[in-house]
Amino acid sequence: MDIPYTTDVRPDTGLTNPKLGMWLFLASEVMLFGSFFSSYALLRVGAASWPDQSAVLSVPLAALNTAVLLASSVTIALAWRAARQGDRAAYRGLMAATIALGIVFLGVKGSEYADKLSQGLAPSTDVFLGLYYTMTGLHALHIAAGLAVNAYLIGPGARMWQAQHARFANRVELAALYWHFVDVIWICIFAVFYLL
Amino acid sequence: MTPDPITKLMLDILRMPPAASAHAADVDQLMVLVHWLMAILFTGWSIFFVYVLVRFRRGAHPVADPRGVRGRWSTFVEGGVLVAEVILLAFFSIPAWSSRVDAFPSAQQSTVVRVVAEQFAWNVHYPGADGAFGRTDVTFLSATNPLGLDRSDPAARDDVTTINRLNLPMGRPVIVYLSTKDMVHSFTLPQMRVKQDAVPGTVQPVWFTPTRTGEWEIACSQLCGLGHYRMRGFYSVQTREDFASWLAAETAALAPR
Amino acid sequence: MFLKHFFSTDHKVIGLLYAFTALFFLLVGFFLIVILRWQLAYPGQPVPVVGPLLGDANAPGGIILPEFYNQLGAMHGTIMVFLGVVPLAVGAFGNYLVPLQIGAPDMAFPRLNLGSYWFYLAGGVVMLSSFFVPGGAANNGWTSYPPLSDLSPTSGQTWWLVGMLCIILSSLLGSINIITTIVQLRAPGMTWFRMPFLVWAQFVTAFLLLLAFPALQAAAILQGMDRVAGTSFFLPSGLVVSGRPLDVSGGGNALLWQHLFWFLAHPEVYVLILPAMGIVAEIIANNTRKPLWGYRLMVYSLFVLGVLSFLVWAHHMFLTGMGTAISAFFQATTMIISIPSVVILTSLILSLWGGSIRFTTPMLFALAFLPMFGMGGLTGLPLGLATTDIPLHDTTYVVGHFHYVVAPGTIFALFAGIYYWFPRITGRMMNDTLGRMHFVGSLVSMNAIFMPMFVQGLAGVNRRLWDGGMEYAHAQGVLSLNVHMSIGAFALAFFQIFFIVNLFASLKQGRVASANPWDATTLEWSEDTASPRVYRDPYDYSPPGAPRDFVPQYVARVVSSGPAEG
Ligand code: HEA
Ligand code: HEA
Ligand code: CUA
Ligand SMILES: [Cu+2]
Repeated sequence: MDIPYTTDVRPDTGLTNPKLGMWLFLASEVMLFGSFFSSYALLRVGAASWPDQSAVLSVPLAALNTAVLLASSVTIALAWRAARQGDRAAYRGLMAATIALGIVFLGVKGSEYADKLSQGLAPSTDVFLGLYYTMTGLHALHIAAGLAVNAYLIGPGARMWQAQHARFANRVELAALYWHFVDVIWICIFAVFYLL
Repeated sequence: MTPDPITKLMLDILRMPPAASAHAADVDQLMVLVHWLMAILFTGWSIFFVYVLVRFRRGAHPVADPRGVRGRWSTFVEGGVLVAEVILLAFFSIPAWSSRVDAFPSAQQSTVVRVVAEQFAWNVHYPGADGAFGRTDVTFLSATNPLGLDRSDPAARDDVTTINRLNLPMGRPVIVYLSTKDMVHSFTLPQMRVKQDAVPGTVQPVWFTPTRTGEWEIACSQLCGLGHYRMRGFYSVQTREDFASWLAAETAALAPR
Repeated sequence: MFLKHFFSTDHKVIGLLYAFTALFFLLVGFFLIVILRWQLAYPGQPVPVVGPLLGDANAPGGIILPEFYNQLGAMHGTIMVFLGVVPLAVGAFGNYLVPLQIGAPDMAFPRLNLGSYWFYLAGGVVMLSSFFVPGGAANNGWTSYPPLSDLSPTSGQTWWLVGMLCIILSSLLGSINIITTIVQLRAPGMTWFRMPFLVWAQFVTAFLLLLAFPALQAAAILQGMDRVAGTSFFLPSGLVVSGRPLDVSGGGNALLWQHLFWFLAHPEVYVLILPAMGIVAEIIANNTRKPLWGYRLMVYSLFVLGVLSFLVWAHHMFLTGMGTAISAFFQATTMIISIPSVVILTSLILSLWGGSIRFTTPMLFALAFLPMFGMGGLTGLPLGLATTDIPLHDTTYVVGHFHYVVAPGTIFALFAGIYYWFPRITGRMMNDTLGRMHFVGSLVSMNAIFMPMFVQGLAGVNRRLWDGGMEYAHAQGVLSLNVHMSIGAFALAFFQIFFIVNLFASLKQGRVASANPWDATTLEWSEDTASPRVYRDPYDYSPPGAPRDFVPQYVARVVSSGPAEG
């Protein structure tokens, strides 16, 4: 039996199933990161002392990473447009760019971690660093998951391009939605960990 | 002060430990009221329930009437429950709670004592005659000095410490500064209607006024490890004279050291 | 091939997988508590029969050690809640019935649905395996309060965290599926207010799971970091454990865990009850032969419950040192949230008025649910008032309170559901005589177990005590009740034999049932499932002028003569 509304919109709700599913998933993710940010707030408010965050962490590197992620949000949005319009070459290029930018992000993040660890700044050093590693680590995992999805959509997943084009474009849209979300989370992390 | 018969009836049904502190009456009164509310609601619903089951069983009522109950009295019952709950909350629970956590008596008029919980014992620390607690620090911790009291601190000279033994004078407010060395414990004096979690990293003040002498037990109410069940201490409420002489004897025992 | 079912994406098959796995875990959770109840009744005496099987590390000579007692309690709570009741109520009943009742071809995401089951199974396997690691399973209460759980020497606590993460992923996938299915895949004509109440209950439940579980996910990750990476999120500075200063950086907050945990766990208790209410509502409408009274009001109440359940969590934390303002807020929300429950329950009792009540086996369980939930719900009130919570907190009164809602409450509703939908699933009826014996025996023994807990709790006996309170003077007067309660628990175990025998025997030998043996109106009983269409409200029982006392939702017009079925 076929499930209706996987590709086309259900008239009275104005949604496709995957789109609704993605929004629900993101709602849950908001609660997840919301819990972490609340924990951060509670721990920081209750702390006897708190390090000067921007002195411990590298603001320029994080700013660079913010720029990288923002750029990748643009490229994935454009990739979605290209996919919708059926421009396969542009889609490939833009999606590849998105992936490349994601990898750059993870690379910068990794070098930041390595740098900190080499200075003896580990998760166990203090609560601030613990939160830093946990939350940015979780965020990095989200990026990695997004990269896997994007790679699938440029690789084996792209076989749908011909046969089920609308469905494929929808998938790209969802991947983009997720990617934007991860981007927004990063901006919150950047603000809270590096700037505040 | 003898409770009215209706209160007394419910108190007899509930059979709580004997109440021996000034605020216990407030707690017990609310306990009685809320249980009366529960009993009335439950009985009312149950009577209706049984009546309906009998009257509308298939044998007696073979054809159902799809319209069901008419009238608005269910709304009145539900509204009534809400009103009753709001009254209990606003006129009993919140004021009683507020007097527990906001209206602390002054330290001069009270017996002040520190209680430090650990797996699985209650360490008690009296400030002694000078009314000041001596310095404590982890470096002084030892099996004989579980509080880590620095006896070289002048304020500590006359400090009395005990393990699992809390003596209190009757008729005077008591302020307990509760803390813990390791896990979450919960400091429970059933007859005082006192229970307070000891939260690591914080000091929780608790106050109450014992009104009867007696010899009872301190219980731990929060799971704190394999010895939780035996984390029992003793406390006694004594006349002021008895308490003073006990404290004097304890202080005297300190002198040679 | 038996194994192929484990790869089916059919919601009915997945529902059944859920059902059997969850029943298995209910049995495990029950087994653990029966052993625990032995210890409470006869502290320090060797457990008969199974004692030697418990292992020397846990129970040398069959005598339960305090460490093992704590494992039993913590794992009973965890297994019952997360691996037993919720998977049965949501995973099994939700999966099996929601698509059928709204006329959907399947769940919206069949493969995610299967994934959800696998994660659940993985979580269950991890939890069970943890009994066999050195030091044993988690033993810090199902609440896992740090620092105790952070510092717990057994790696079982880490396994517990991993198991919880699997379960959380499972419920995330499951709840997305249920919500999407209900929003998107309702059959033509199935408008929102034609949905059976059970579907509404599952809908709200799914939102609770979706939005509350992430808090525990975060908490579990933080605790995992504390245990594995040496952070101290939940460890304040200056802790001294066993006489030695703890070697961590400190600076954490022990209450943070409690906030995160209860932010999940309070909504979670409504996850335990809402599907149960849904099942009971279906069965009451069917067996009174009349529509539910106040159906719309009940639906609105569900939503009020759902929203408010995110605002009451700190009523589990009144005694952690709370000021007047905050405690007043949480007391007020707690009192207010009791009202929608009262509305739903009152509507259910009023639904009986004017009915033609058939006392079928499922109906017996559904009816018993009402006063039993009433008992549990009402005893929530003194706990919800902070002042009366002072003497009651963490006593057996609390244990009595929530068992009345979850055991003779939810578990009875689940039994009712199994008896009721068994013929839909297997085409056969379950045996009535065995069912009635199971009912009477369970009702009596449940009350025998849980009623004395109120008495003990009011006397001040604490929960989670290895020796059942034997040390304490104030417990002496009520100590003998421990034996009575345990005998009740053994009797309860005995009466479950009727159920298990009935369940398996009826699969093969049950009386063959017609497609719609209960003369029900909702879509799952329709013979023709190809492309259902809905024409009417869910409980069109005994409509005036109809030839029979029910008109199913899939019937277009009431024909005044001849059978109404289309
Ligand atoms: C399904 C689960 C469930 C449900 C529905 C509830 C419902 C309620 N609970 Fe309970 N609760 C738990 C599960 C549940 N609880 C658990 C598991 C714990 C302990 C966790 C732990 O510490 O381990 C707990 C603990 C707990 C506490 C903490 C106690 C403490 O630790 O000190 C509090 C305090 O406010 C509380 C309050 C309430 C209230 C006010 C309700 C209200 O919503 C109840 C409203 C209902 C009514 C008022 C009844 C209406 C009934 C009728 C109308 C029917 C009558 C019918 C007939 C007689 C025929 N609960
Ligand atoms: C949904 C939740 C749930 C359920 C249903 C139950 C059910 C039961 N619980 Fe439990 N319990 C908890 C949740 C639950 N409990 C929690 C959260 C705690 C706190 C833990 C802690 O301290 O941290 C607790 C603690 C707890 C204690 C206190 C322990 C202590 O303080 O030290 C006790 C003591 O008697 C107890 C007893 C029982 C009993 C006798 C049942 C009975 O009602 C059991 C009934 C079970 C059945 C009737 C099983 C039916 C299933 C079948 C028959 C299977 C058939 C199988 C197949 C066909 C394959 N429970
Ligand atoms: Cu200390 Cu329990
Ligand atoms: Cu709650």
